[in-house]
Amino acid sequence: MSTEPSRNVIRKYLPVYFVLLGIFFVEVILSFQHLSTGTLVVILLLLAVCSASLGLMYFMHLAEERRALFLSLIPVTIFVLLMMNMIWSDSVRLLHMRPGAQ
Amino acid sequence: MTGRGETVSENEMAVHGHGALMEESPYAIPSRKLTMWLFIISDAVTFGAFLFSYGYIRVSTANWVRPFESGSVINVSVMTMVLITSSLTMLGAVDASKAGDKAKAIRFLYSTMALGALFAALHLREWFDLFGRNITLSSGLFGQTFFTITGLHLLHVISGVIALLVVGLKYSSGRLTPGHVESTGLYWHFVDLVWMFVVPLVYLTNIER
Repeated sequence: MSTEPSRNVIRKYLPVYFVLLGIFFVEVILSFQHLSTGTLVVILLLLAVCSASLGLMYFMHLAEERRALFLSLIPVTIFVLLMMNMIWSDSVRLLHMRPGAQ
Repeated sequence: MTGRGETVSENEMAVHGHGALMEESPYAIPSRKLTMWLFIISDAVTFGAFLFSYGYIRVSTANWVRPFESGSVINVSVMTMVLITSSLTMLGAVDASKAGDKAKAIRFLYSTMALGALFAALHLREWFDLFGRNITLSSGLFGQTFFTITGLHLLHVISGVIALLVVGLKYSSGRLTPGHVESTGLYWHFVDLVWMFVVPLVYLTNIER
């Protein structure tokens, strides 16, 4: 068990906290711009990935763990999430091509 | 011989049992923490499935309902600030527990719990506002996707608040260790991370214009 004093931990992570809030407010401002839905979704998704990466690396301390943990968890998760694209596009096609679809 | 080719003495076996024969974990973290990471990854894939399906349906459907006005955006901004702040207090709880400062860890844990409860209350207020405008789980694709995704997230927040209460009580009575606080912290940060995807995709792309 560590015996380091804990008084500075909040101060240590305050920059990450403000960056996360900043990204959120950029997202809010962008959502009020007249962008097409597809463009808005892509930009917001990229910003969300940035926020999540910061949270993952600093709040969840993945940056301080051994690289083996990162390499075992993150690439596999990204691969699985990307592979979902194979089925979702087909499900949307079915949604719109089913009998009686509008 | 261990997996690393080292000989284990009888004395080591006596002290560590069969643990002395086992290889060191390649991740150098306790099994409890690794289990929490594996749970988080599986839960991330669950949320990913919901959000991907929502994204496809959202982009491919014409005349999508856009029910959120500036009042809802202010509400969701407050909710986001509350949740991110709760992650900061959770960091304080984990750090204080590791440093052996039990009183401080408990204070931070209960602050996190209070912020989580506030988030859930604000979330329910948002829901009841939508119910008042006849937007429910059965009112088309928007209602179905919105209440499913936010409901699943709210369920995680409420579970987290209960977990924080239980861990706080048991940690203060000495039945749980700082390791348990850390694992709960990982879960809480994950709930925060998921919200960072839910807000832009489910709220901010559906603002009334």
